[in-house]
Amino acid sequence: MSLAPTIASEASTDGVILALTGDWTLRAGAGLEQQAAALMAAADGVRRATLDISAIESLDTAGAWLIDRSRQSMSAAGVEAALTGVRAEHATLLRAAHYRPVDAPPHRHGPSATALLADVGESVYVSGVDLIAGIDLLGRLVAVFARAAITPMRWRLTALAFHLESFSLRSAPIIVMINFFVGAIVAQQGISQLARYGAGAYTVDLVGILILREMGLLLTSIMVAGRTGSAMTAEIGAMNMREEIDALKVMALDPVEVLILPRAAALVLSMPILTFLGDIAALFGAGLVMWYIGGVTPEAFFTRLQQPYSLERFEVGLIKAPFMALIIGIIAATEGFTVSGSAESLGAKVTSSVVKSIFMVIVVDGIFALYFAAVDF
Amino acid sequence: MTAASLSRPPHPAWEVEIRVRGLEVGFGEKLVMKGLDLDIHRGEVLGFVGASGAGKSVLTRAILGLLHRRAGSIEVKGRDLDAMTEAERGRVERRWGVLFQQGALFSSLTVKQNIQAPMREHLDISPRLREELAMLKLALVGLPPDAADKFPSELSGGMIKRAALARALALDPEVLFLDEPTSGLDPIGAGDFDDLIGTLQETLGLTVFMVTHDLDSLYAICDRVAVLGQGRVIAIGPISELLGSSDPWIKSYFHGKRGSGREAAARSGVAAASPR
Repeated sequence: MSLAPTIASEASTDGVILALTGDWTLRAGAGLEQQAAALMAAADGVRRATLDISAIESLDTAGAWLIDRSRQSMSAAGVEAALTGVRAEHATLLRAAHYRPVDAPPHRHGPSATALLADVGESVYVSGVDLIAGIDLLGRLVAVFARAAITPMRWRLTALAFHLESFSLRSAPIIVMINFFVGAIVAQQGISQLARYGAGAYTVDLVGILILREMGLLLTSIMVAGRTGSAMTAEIGAMNMREEIDALKVMALDPVEVLILPRAAALVLSMPILTFLGDIAALFGAGLVMWYIGGVTPEAFFTRLQQPYSLERFEVGLIKAPFMALIIGIIAATEGFTVSGSAESLGAKVTSSVVKSIFMVIVVDGIFALYFAAVDF
Repeated sequence: MTAASLSRPPHPAWEVEIRVRGLEVGFGEKLVMKGLDLDIHRGEVLGFVGASGAGKSVLTRAILGLLHRRAGSIEVKGRDLDAMTEAERGRVERRWGVLFQQGALFSSLTVKQNIQAPMREHLDISPRLREELAMLKLALVGLPPDAADKFPSELSGGMIKRAALARALALDPEVLFLDEPTSGLDPIGAGDFDDLIGTLQETLGLTVFMVTHDLDSLYAICDRVAVLGQGRVIAIGPISELLGSSDPWIKSYFHGKRGSGREAAARSGVAAASPR
C-alpha cells in the first residue's frame, strides 16, 4: 500500500537534479533515512543540486525534516541546493518541520571511582536524613497521640477499626500458617540433631525458648513489614502523588493525626495479637512434629513447656511486639511521605520501606537481646 | 505563521475515516451506549459534546478498544476492526494518536523520552533522527527545548497537555483523539491550544476527534459537532446548524449564559477572531 521512497538522479548543465518519489513518511522506517543519505551522496561534489519533490506521494514531518536537513547540509557543504515542485500542502509542512540543528544529548559518563564514592557518601548522608525524618515523625506521632489521649473525640474510630481489621484479622491466616510451618521445621531439626546426644527431650526447651523469645516475633514482624508496611507506604505515597495530603493540610487537618495515628495505633494493637497467634501456631506445629516423630506426647510436651521461666520468655517476646509495630509504622509512613511524582519513585519507596523495616526490626531485636541479657531477664 | 494564512487542503468529498455502527457499551446492568452510530470524516475536526456522565469518554475508549463492546461494529477506512488480525490492528493503532485528559505521560520518563517511546518501539530509525524528531515535535507543540529533559511532575498543567500532544504526534498519526484538550487551561492557554490543534490539523492533514466542553474550541476549530445524549448521537452537524436545534439540552448548552455570548459573536462575524 505504501510506496518506498526513491530518488532518480539526473545530471543537468551545472549539477544534478534529484527527483524524489514515493512516500516520504515514517512508515518507510529505515528506508527513509537511507534515501536521505543517498540524497547527500548524490549531491556530493556537484555545484548545484535541485531537489524536485513534485512527484512525492505523501509527506510527513519526518520526511519534511529529512528533506530539509539534506538541503541545508548540502548548502553547508558548498552545494547550491534548492527545492522545486513544492505543492501547497507540502509547503506548509516543510515550513512547520524545517530543519534546525538539535544539540546532541549530553554525553553520559560511565561509572567512575568518584561517582562511586559520591554514591556511597550520598547514601550515608541520606540514611542520616531518613533517621532524622523518622525521629521527627515519631515526635509528631507522640504529640498527636497525647492530644488524642486528652480529647478522645479526636480518635477516628471508624478508621481505627478498619485498619485493625485489615492489619490483624486479614493477615492472621498467613502469619499463623508461616509460624506453624517454621515451628514444625525447628522441632524436626531439633529432634534429629539433639537425639544424637541423647538429649531429644530438650527439644521442647529449644523450641520453647526460640519461638517464644525470638522467632515468633521476628517472623510476624517480617510478614507485617512485607504485607502491611508496604501497603501503608503505597497508600500514603499515592495520596502524596495526587495531592491528597496537601488537600488535608489546607483543610487545617494534620496528616499525621488523620492518616498515621489510626494506622500506627492499629499496628501497635495488632502486633501483639499477631505475635501471640504466631507463637501458639508455632508451638502447635512443634508439638505435632514432636508427637509424631519424637514420640513426645502432648501431655509431656506441655508439662515440659511449663517450666518456671516459660512465662517470662513469652513476655519477653510479646513486650517487643508494640515496638516493632511502631518501627514498621514510622518507616512506612516516612517513606510514603517522600514519594515524589513518578510511578518509579512509588515503587522505590515501597521497596525501601520493606527493606528498612525488616532491617530495623532485626537490629532492634538485637538491642533488646543485649538489654535483656544485661538486666538478666 | 498564523493559521489564517493557510489554505485548507481540499477534502476528497468527506471520505469516512471511522464508522461506528450500533455501538453498545455497558457496565453491569447499566447500558451507557445504546446503539450509537457515528461517522468521522477524513480531515475534519469533529467536536463531541454531551452532559457530564453522558459517556463521551466511554465512546472514545470504546473506539480505541480500551473498553469492551457489547454490540456494534467499528470500521476504519471501510474495514471492520473485529475482522482484522492482531498485526493489522496494530498498524491501524499506530496511525492513531491519543491525548488523554490527564496527559497520561509516563511519569518515570522525561518529556523527550516520552515522545521517543513510541518511536523506539515502532520505528526503525537512527538515534540521531529520533532525537531530532522528538525536538521537532516539541517545537511543533510550542514547548521550549529545555522542557525536553524535564519529568512530567515538573511541568505545569498546560505544559503537560502540550507534552502529551507531542507524544500523540510522535508517529505522525492520521487520526488524533483528544479528550478534553483544553480543560484545566486558562482562556489564553486554551485559545493557544485551539490554535495549535487547528494549525497542526491543517499542516499535517489530521483527522481530529475531540471531546470537549470548551465552547470556544467548538466555535474556533470544529468543522462539525456531535451531541451525545441518551446513549446516542442526538444531533450532528456544523455548529451553525446545531444552534437552530429545538432539542432542549442542545438549546440550553449553546444558548445558555455561557454559550450566548459566543453565539452572538459568531453571528456578527467576530468569530474571525478564531483561526479560521
